[in-house]
Amino acid sequence: MQIQFSECTYDDVRRANRLRFKHGERAGELHMTEMLETTQTERNLHLRKTRSRPLVVTLILFGGIAALVFGIALSVSFGAADIQFLTVWEAVFRYNPELTQHQIIQEIRLPRVLGGALVGAGFAVAGALMQGMTRNPMADSGLLGLNAGAGFMLAVCFAFLPGLPFNMLLLYAFLGAAAGAGLVFGISSMAKGGMSPVRLVLAGAAVNALLIALSEGIALLFRVGQDLAFWYAGGVAGTKWFQLKIMFPWMGGAIIGAMILSRSITMLSLGEEVAVGLGQRTKLVKLAGTVIVLILAGSAVAVVGSVGFIGLIIPHLTRFLVGVDYRSIIPCSAILGSLLVVFADLAARMINPPYETPIGALIALIGVPFFLYLARKERREL
Amino acid sequence: MEPLQAASATSKRRLKRGIGVMLILGILIICAFIISMNTGYIRLSPLDVVTTLFGMGTEKQSLILFHFRLPRIVISVLIGAGLAVSGCILQGISRNALADPGILGINAGAGLMVMLYISFFPPVSTGSVFLLPVLALFGAGAAAALVYALSYKRNEGISPTRLILTGIGVAAGISAVMIVLTLKLDPDKYQFVATWLVGSIWGSNWKFVLALLPWIAVLLPFVLYKARVMNVLTLGENTATGLGAPVEKERLLLLATAVGLAGSSVAVSGGIGFVGLIAPHLARRLVGPKHELLLPASALTGALLVIVADTIARWILQPTEIPTGIFVAIIGAPYFLYLLARS
Repeated sequence: MQIQFSECTYDDVRRANRLRFKHGERAGELHMTEMLETTQTERNLHLRKTRSRPLVVTLILFGGIAALVFGIALSVSFGAADIQFLTVWEAVFRYNPELTQHQIIQEIRLPRVLGGALVGAGFAVAGALMQGMTRNPMADSGLLGLNAGAGFMLAVCFAFLPGLPFNMLLLYAFLGAAAGAGLVFGISSMAKGGMSPVRLVLAGAAVNALLIALSEGIALLFRVGQDLAFWYAGGVAGTKWFQLKIMFPWMGGAIIGAMILSRSITMLSLGEEVAVGLGQRTKLVKLAGTVIVLILAGSAVAVVGSVGFIGLIIPHLTRFLVGVDYRSIIPCSAILGSLLVVFADLAARMINPPYETPIGALIALIGVPFFLYLARKERREL
Repeated sequence: MEPLQAASATSKRRLKRGIGVMLILGILIICAFIISMNTGYIRLSPLDVVTTLFGMGTEKQSLILFHFRLPRIVISVLIGAGLAVSGCILQGISRNALADPGILGINAGAGLMVMLYISFFPPVSTGSVFLLPVLALFGAGAAAALVYALSYKRNEGISPTRLILTGIGVAAGISAVMIVLTLKLDPDKYQFVATWLVGSIWGSNWKFVLALLPWIAVLLPFVLYKARVMNVLTLGENTATGLGAPVEKERLLLLATAVGLAGSSVAVSGGIGFVGLIAPHLARRLVGPKHELLLPASALTGALLVIVADTIARWILQPTEIPTGIFVAIIGAPYFLYLLARS
C-alpha cells in the first residue's frame, strides 16, 4: 500500500483520500483493485491537465496582446490632466510640439506606459527563468542580488553624492545590479562542484542579506532611508524616451534569447541529472540564462526600482494556466507581466489623483490574494 | 556487514567531530560574553568586570554591568539560539534551503504591528516599552496562524510547498501595507521603525529576559527531544509516512514550536531574520545533517553570531548605535559565502 502511495502522483493521493472519506473507510482499508482503478483514471486526467495546452497558449498570446494594446490606449488617455481621446489620437499620430496636451502625451504618458509594459515583461521572464533554473518556487530575479546591488549603490549615491542627476543614478543602479549578480554568480560557481541550484540560491540569499544590511546601515547613519524607501516602492513615472531607446533593443533581444533557450530550461527544470542525461550542456545553458536574467531584471530594476513581486507571481500564474513547458511559459509570462504592470500603473494613478500610489505596493496588494489562491491549488511545483 | 560497520564508523567520527565543534563554539561564546561585558560607551577593564560581578565594584560599575549590559548580553544569546533553532526546524520541515522564520510571516506580522502602533502613538513613552513586545508577539502569532490557516486543506493538511508559497504571499502583502504606511511617516518615526525592522536588541532589561527565558528554556529541549522525528521528516513526506511517523501531527507540533521560538525572539529583538537562515546552514557545514547534532550546533552558532554582532554594534561608531541585525548580516554573510565557495 505504501509503495502504491509513493508511486502515484499527488492528485492520486488526493483523489484516493476523497474516495476514502466518501465511503467512510479508514486509511489503508481501501481495496487494492479500486485503488488501482482510481489511480489509472486519475493518471489519465492528470496527463491531460499537465500536457501543453496550445489553445490556452494561443488565447493568452493573442487575447493578451489585444488587451495590452487596449490597456496602453486606456492608460495614455487617463491621467491627471483631462485630455480628450481625439487629442490623444492626434498626439500620437500627428504630433504637434506646440500644443501642451500633445507634449504631455508624447513626453510623459507614452514613454511611461511603454516603459511599464517593457519592465513588466522583463521581470516576469527573468522570474520564470530563475524558477526554472534553480527549481525553487521561491526564486525570482531578486535572488541574483540584482535588487540588493542596485539598492546598495543607490544608498551610496544618496549618502555620498547627493544631488546626482537622474541619469547618473540610473547608471549607478544598473552597475550595482550587475555587481550584485556578478558576486552571486562568481561565488556560486567558484566551488569545486560548479554551480548547483542550491548553491546559487544560498549564495543569492547571503549576498542579498549582506548588501541590504550595508545599505540599511548607510541609510540609518546618513538618514537617507526614506528616499531609499521611495525608490524601493517602485514607480514607472520618470521613464523617458532615451531610456526606452537604450532599454528596448537589449530587453527585446533578451526576451527572444529566453524563448530560444526555453526548451533547455524545460529540461533543466526536470532536474540537473535528467538534463545532463538528455545530452544538455547544463553549464552553458545556466550561463546564458543568467546573462539574460541580468539584462532583463537589471535594466528593469534600474528604471523602476524593485517591483520584484512580478517576477515571483507571474511565472506561477502562467504555469498554472499553460502547464510546465517553458516554451509556452516564457512568452505568456512576458505578456501577462506587461499587462499586470500597465493596469497596475493605471490603477496607481486613478486611486488617489493627482497623487500616485506606489506601484510596487499596489502590485503586491493585488497579487497577494491571487497568489494565495494559486498556492492552494498547487499542482506541480515548477 | 561491512557497509554497516563503515556507516557506523562514519557516524561515530561525526559524533566526535560534532561534540568537538560544539565545545569550541561554547568556549567562543564564553569569550564573547566576557569581551562583550567590557565593551561599550563606558569601558570596563576585565578586572573591573570580575570584581563587579562578585559584588565588589563601585555603584556606577555595577549599575552599568547589571542593569544595562548583562541583560542585553543574555538576551542576545537567547534570541540567537531561538531564531537559529526555529530556522533549523523550518528548513527541515519544508525541505527548502531558503526557509527561515520570515517565511511564516513572523517578522512581517510583528513589524506591521509595531508600525501601526508607531503611526498612531509617539514612539517612546514609558508604556510603549512593554506594550511593543506584546504587540509584536501578537502580530507574529497572528501572521503565522494566518499562513497556516490559508495553506491548510481538509483531508490533506499542509504541504511544504504550499506552506512556503502561502508564507511568501502573506509576507509580501504585509510588506506592501508597510511600504504604504512608511511613505506617510515623518522622518523621526521612520527612523525608529527602520531600526526596529532590521533588528536591534533594545529591550535590555531583566524583565525581558524573564519574559523570554521560559519560551527558550521549554521549547529548546523539546525540539532536541524531537530531533529523531526531524531526521525522518527531512527524508520527505512519503518516506516519513512509510517509516511510520505521524507526519501531519508532528509537523504541526514542530511548526508551532518554531513560531513560539521565533515569535518570542522577534518580539524582543526586532526583525533579526538572517540568523534563522544562516545559523542552521553554518551548523550543517560544521557538524553534518543529523538533527541530534545539528539542532544544538545551530543554537550555539546563532547565539555566538548575535552576541558578536551585538558587541561590535555597540563598539563601532560610538556613540551612535547601529542596529545589531545589520552586523549579523555583515559578519555572517561573508563567512557563509566563504564556506559556500570553499566546499
